[in-house]
Amino acid sequence: MTSSLSHITGPILRDNPVTVQILGICSALAVTTSMTTAATMCVALTGVLVAASGVISLIRRHIPGQIRLILQITIIAALVIVADLLLQAYAFAISERLSIFVSLIVTNCIVLGRAEAFAMSHPPFPSMLDALGNGLGYSAVLLIVAFARELFGQGTLFGATVFQTVTDGGWYEPWSFMLLAPSAFVLLGLLVWAIRAWQTAQAEPDPTPVRAEGETP
Amino acid sequence: MPDLNPITAWRRMLAAPNDSRGKMLAMAFLVSAASALAVSSAAVLLGPRLDSNRAAERQARLEALLADLPALADLLAETGADGLDIVVADLETGTRADVDPSAFDPEALDEEQISALPPEEDIAGIGTRPDLAQFYVARDGSDIAAVILPVYGQGYQSVIRGYLALEGDLNTVAGLTITEQGETPGLGANIESPSWQAQWPGTQLLGPDGEIRVAVVRGGAQNEYEVDAITGATRTSNGVQNMVRFWIGPEGFGPVLDALGEGRL
Amino acid sequence: MTELFLRAVFADNLILSFFLGVCTFLAVSKRVETAVGLGLAITAILTVTVPVNQLIFTHLLKPGAWDWLGADIDLTFLRLIAFIGVIAAMVQVLEMTLDRFVPRLYAALGIYLPLITVNCAILGGSLFMAERSYDFTESIVFGFGSGVGWALAIIALAAIRERLAYADVPAGLRGLGITFIVTGLMSMGFTAFGSIAGQ
Repeated sequence: MTSSLSHITGPILRDNPVTVQILGICSALAVTTSMTTAATMCVALTGVLVAASGVISLIRRHIPGQIRLILQITIIAALVIVADLLLQAYAFAISERLSIFVSLIVTNCIVLGRAEAFAMSHPPFPSMLDALGNGLGYSAVLLIVAFARELFGQGTLFGATVFQTVTDGGWYEPWSFMLLAPSAFVLLGLLVWAIRAWQTAQAEPDPTPVRAEGETP
Repeated sequence: MPDLNPITAWRRMLAAPNDSRGKMLAMAFLVSAASALAVSSAAVLLGPRLDSNRAAERQARLEALLADLPALADLLAETGADGLDIVVADLETGTRADVDPSAFDPEALDEEQISALPPEEDIAGIGTRPDLAQFYVARDGSDIAAVILPVYGQGYQSVIRGYLALEGDLNTVAGLTITEQGETPGLGANIESPSWQAQWPGTQLLGPDGEIRVAVVRGGAQNEYEVDAITGATRTSNGVQNMVRFWIGPEGFGPVLDALGEGRL
Repeated sequence: MTELFLRAVFADNLILSFFLGVCTFLAVSKRVETAVGLGLAITAILTVTVPVNQLIFTHLLKPGAWDWLGADIDLTFLRLIAFIGVIAAMVQVLEMTLDRFVPRLYAALGIYLPLITVNCAILGGSLFMAERSYDFTESIVFGFGSGVGWALAIIALAAIRERLAYADVPAGLRGLGITFIVTGLMSMGFTAFGSIAGQ
């Protein structure tokens, strides 16, 4: 039981795919301007991740090595299309906002990364737990960044007013920098800093300058 | 004699070494087939729902637009549901097309009914334009009370769709509503907000000589042709401007509006 | 066309305004040399795949593509799978062509090529092409421009990171953290280009 639990909790904090392994940030940033889009993206990604890991792990003994990657990508792509269609059918307004980023789950490094690193060598149940953990880890980062961006950028959370903005007769002047692309990078940088200040083991060593011999700085 | 029993063939396939050519082909085929099945059944099962979602969204926005135009709503109430005349027009000639409006499906046009737009004319970034388009005319007696044109164009990261309503003089905007867009939430997506759309009613489209002057400008609208852009969303604002300019222009509903103005339609 | 190109390089930069290909961007930007190699490979693949996908999308998948057969078929939902297939195949073809005719370049780029199949920037380029309905020529310009923009961003970041090795960065911020912040600052610079190109 403890080991099953660690499959889930590990990736959320200790081994977070986004902040530690630098995986799957591409999509993580573009949809974080509001909590609603971020949460939808989290559900879509976690769903695809769990399903893909389950399916791949189920047929892992029969996947020929040479066409391994292409088979994995095919399975993932099919699942992503189904997820995208489901979103369009049942959450039409939000799927419009997610634009091409749902489709980009296919190339999200987490999905292929977990399939390759875990599902190919473990039975379905642990694989799905591992996928769930990684999905939750990704979701945690996404939601934290989206929380800051929506709250400070628009004064709302999930579209509900928290800080009354000046245009609505309140006191809060929205910080529109938070809605622009650069803020996502900066917030993620600060988040990594915060996590590493706490979990000091994750901090990277002082880099030795990478420079060819005889070259002067 | 080859063993044709499917169950034994299946077992033999599973037992074959993973790197044998036969198994590779079999696995590739099986995975593709299963994926294709999943994808196509999802597309087929959810298809009607997707279409009805889109149609419902459009209908709701059109109704909201009508409700926002008090004069038009009153007029419709007076004349009943038939007050809004649905017209399918040929955009090249500005004449009524020989099509039953209730059966008209813009998605089902033939290839020869879609014109490619040369890049210098394609200011809305839409690539091609159907030759037949549906729009709505509200009449007060024989006078035109309002015209509602469906419009679409490329925004910053998505296609923006909406309706542009004109008053009876065919030059004053009665309202603009956005029905579909996927712009940046909090920035470009604000084109959907009532407060931004409230700037449009009263805006003039054409200058005294008939030239298109309507513009979405940064730093404050100066005259009756201008509408304030959204700060931080220049590209979305430009997209809306170009969309409006395209659809009232010669490649859009221009000929149709001329015909309406001269009482030919 | 020039405007489209400049926009693809600066204002609509795939990494800095749409966050596409960030994983690779962060992982392979420690040295300028490797960054140049990867930048070249991405540019080559984008320039080839976007137009090829454009042809496939317009002639096989788009609603109305099969009208000449008298059939009303909309295969848009297959575009994702089709694009990925094309990208994987193109990467393979490029790999073989380079190996055969320009072995030196192949040796330099070889290890990055397979990685590119799953790079968001490549798939994103094709998806944006479909979303924005570019025609064939525009697709070439857009593909090439996006590639150049991507290359420019990764080379600039690699150059900054080489210098950063000499900076005194707080322990927790070292490596990944400071790289994110530097990328954010670069992205801010590119946003400024955006308001120029947008006018």
